[in-house]
Amino acid sequence: MGYLTTAPLALEALLAEVSAPHCGGTCAFLGTVRDGPEDGGVTAIEYSAYDAMAEAELDRIVAETRRQWADARVAVRHRLGMVPAEDASIAIAVATPHRADAFAACRYVIEEVKKRLPVWKRELRADGTATWVDPSGHPSMVGPA
Amino acid sequence: MTSPAGTLGTVRVRFFARYAELAGCSEGTLTVPLPATVSDVMKHVRSAWPGASALPAQPLAALNQCHVRLDARVSDGDELAFLPPLAGG
Repeated sequence: MGYLTTAPLALEALLAEVSAPHCGGTCAFLGTVRDGPEDGGVTAIEYSAYDAMAEAELDRIVAETRRQWADARVAVRHRLGMVPAEDASIAIAVATPHRADAFAACRYVIEEVKKRLPVWKRELRADGTATWVDPSGHPSMVGPA
Repeated sequence: MTSPAGTLGTVRVRFFARYAELAGCSEGTLTVPLPATVSDVMKHVRSAWPGASALPAQPLAALNQCHVRLDARVSDGDELAFLPPLAGG
């Protein structure tokens, strides 16, 4: 437990958590709040979660990762609350004896998070509007923040 | 856990994010006839919280903090959550 936090994410802490003498490859992934040309001036994203289920789901994802890559060491944190553009919303670190497994296991964690984690985001824009993000492609405007 | 037919059960219903806005609340309790599936409870939810009628016909659901299909069986004391499209990461 303890995968969710409202504090800024510190990748160094996760790298220290997974570091081990038998692991020669470490793969880290950061997901950050994007404001690309097509994103319309996103200043921050407000993340909310079904906290208890998100913790349980991350526990399950980490356990599956360790089952599939027996020597893997896995650390994950997901940030909640207001996350400014360019800040990290998720940090994952995976260490394994060899690099191929580190890449594969890290990829597994983020892809399962995307599919299964009960977390939602509301994009806040400079013009005062806020939009619930629907990755299935149907954003719904909820008016000024 | 199964419940005997012809009984009533209490279910804790939870809404999140956009669905909490539509329902006008984030949680409540419902007494429903058992046996019931998630879909059955959904019908009661739509009448108990009129705003929840705007939820999609087949929303994502979680029962006791696990993803379930809408034909999953609901028991007395369960926590049933309706989840907007997931956007974690």
